Amino acid sequence: MTATVDAPPSQLSPVRFHQVGKAFGSGRKAVVALDGVDLEVGAGEFVCLLGASGCGKTTLLNLVAGLDRPTSGRIELNSSRPAVVFQEAALMPWLTAAGNVELPLRMAGVPKAQRRAKAAELLELVRLAGLGDKRPHELSGGMRQRVALARALASTTDSADAGKPSLLLMDEPFSALDAITRDVLQGELLRIWRATGTAILFVTHDVREAVRLGQRVVLLSSRPGRVVRQWDVEDTPDAVDEINIALRKVISSHAAA
Amino acid sequence: MPQLEVQDEGAVEAGLDALDTPVVATEGSRVRRIAGRVLPPVGAIVVFVAIWQALWAAAFWLEFKLPAPAAVWGQIWQLVTSGDIVGLFWVSVHRAVIGFAISLLIAVPLGLAIANIRVVRRGVGPLVSGLQSLPSVAWVPAAILWFGLNDRAIYWVVLLGAVPSIANGLVSGLDQVPPILPRVGKALGAGRFGGIRYILLPAALPGFLGGLKQGWAFSWRSLMAAELIATSPELGEGLGQFLHNGMSLSDISMVFAGIVLIFVVGVGIELLVFRPLENSVLRARGLTASAR
Repeated sequence: MTATVDAPPSQLSPVRFHQVGKAFGSGRKAVVALDGVDLEVGAGEFVCLLGASGCGKTTLLNLVAGLDRPTSGRIELNSSRPAVVFQEAALMPWLTAAGNVELPLRMAGVPKAQRRAKAAELLELVRLAGLGDKRPHELSGGMRQRVALARALASTTDSADAGKPSLLLMDEPFSALDAITRDVLQGELLRIWRATGTAILFVTHDVREAVRLGQRVVLLSSRPGRVVRQWDVEDTPDAVDEINIALRKVISSHAAA
Repeated sequence: MPQLEVQDEGAVEAGLDALDTPVVATEGSRVRRIAGRVLPPVGAIVVFVAIWQALWAAAFWLEFKLPAPAAVWGQIWQLVTSGDIVGLFWVSVHRAVIGFAISLLIAVPLGLAIANIRVVRRGVGPLVSGLQSLPSVAWVPAAILWFGLNDRAIYWVVLLGAVPSIANGLVSGLDQVPPILPRVGKALGAGRFGGIRYILLPAALPGFLGGLKQGWAFSWRSLMAAELIATSPELGEGLGQFLHNGMSLSDISMVFAGIVLIFVVGVGIELLVFRPLENSVLRARGLTASAR
């Protein structure tokens, strides 16, 4: 397997949050989604953001992806354009699998032959070699999500950013899949992470998933979202139980309010 | 991780892919498929003509009100053998096609503006929708007073029939694009124009094609109405004028022949041009339920 997103030697953090806040609306009706978030993702690091509903996980990813702007604080982005995988695969139904992977390259003006080669390489990475001609509706949910992953990886590889660390943002990408497929794709993601050396910021509400995938798990509180605690998964023997207890505590604190 | 385990993961995944891939049922043989599509409408026409023949044979209405199917067929056949039918079709169809093409050139920028610019949507949107429900024949008197009895008057009426339909089709096509798609486009690095060119327009295509189909029907209808009312030697003889002549001559079989020919052209263009276009677009997107 060829590595497609090269890990650079530099130890620059792909993304760093400085007291980031985000509110929707203004005045008294404003809803604070994020409040004073400090967070750093190291080069090549796999970080899982964990939280219940309303913790602003998705808002946070949108801020990094540049789909939205913070109302306070700042986000320091040292990576190439972050690749984003959403909960839905959201493939373009009029394009084939390969066409979807080529789309970001086409919009970046990459020549055709190069696009073809890159798309074939990325489809092989997600084990869909030879299925490039299929339309999205001819693929299963898990296969679609892998095409979406390949497409996201294609969007980071523009030559202008060569040498910068890469960053992959994933917003509950497996939560709409059945249990077996989810399990297999979690394994696949770890393999791809090791093969590419990209940093990953992975949002989930599933403690087991967070512990299985992440090197570090970050727990966010809800309304407003703040960083409550972080765990290094390697150094935490009963990580699942411990994090579960902390998560329950965060959730039950809302019952009184 | 040992190599063996990695191999296993791949095998599990390949197995899942094989199991989860949607199964496409094959529909019988080609002959049977075509027969299944062609026979019902042909049967319906046969039944219709049989009832017509029976009513005529029973002399239910006087001969000058209801002609015999054979008499109408005779009229059409005479047009075919004399070659006059080519002229009739040419005059009407080329007008409809040119009118439709001009409508397209006006309606696409108009639709894009309505869909993307809020002020335009609020100001012009209701006007365009309103125009769609105004029968374009209503413009014939004004068009004749403005332009005189000529092609410009006819094109004016055709434009007012087709432009609102096409523009509205484009607007509703754009409005129905799932909001996740432009968001994904932005995350993949689409700029403003890249987003329109690579994401919004292709995503809106099915709705737009629906608008085109309706726009064609409206332009054909408007054209026939205009030809029927605005008759002059200068305008040449199209299907509408042929119908008008039938009325002037009190020749009911000629009138029926005119109706049949107008129907055949309208339906023919839809079946030969728009239906295959729409079907191929829908099939490529897995929306085959409506592509029967």
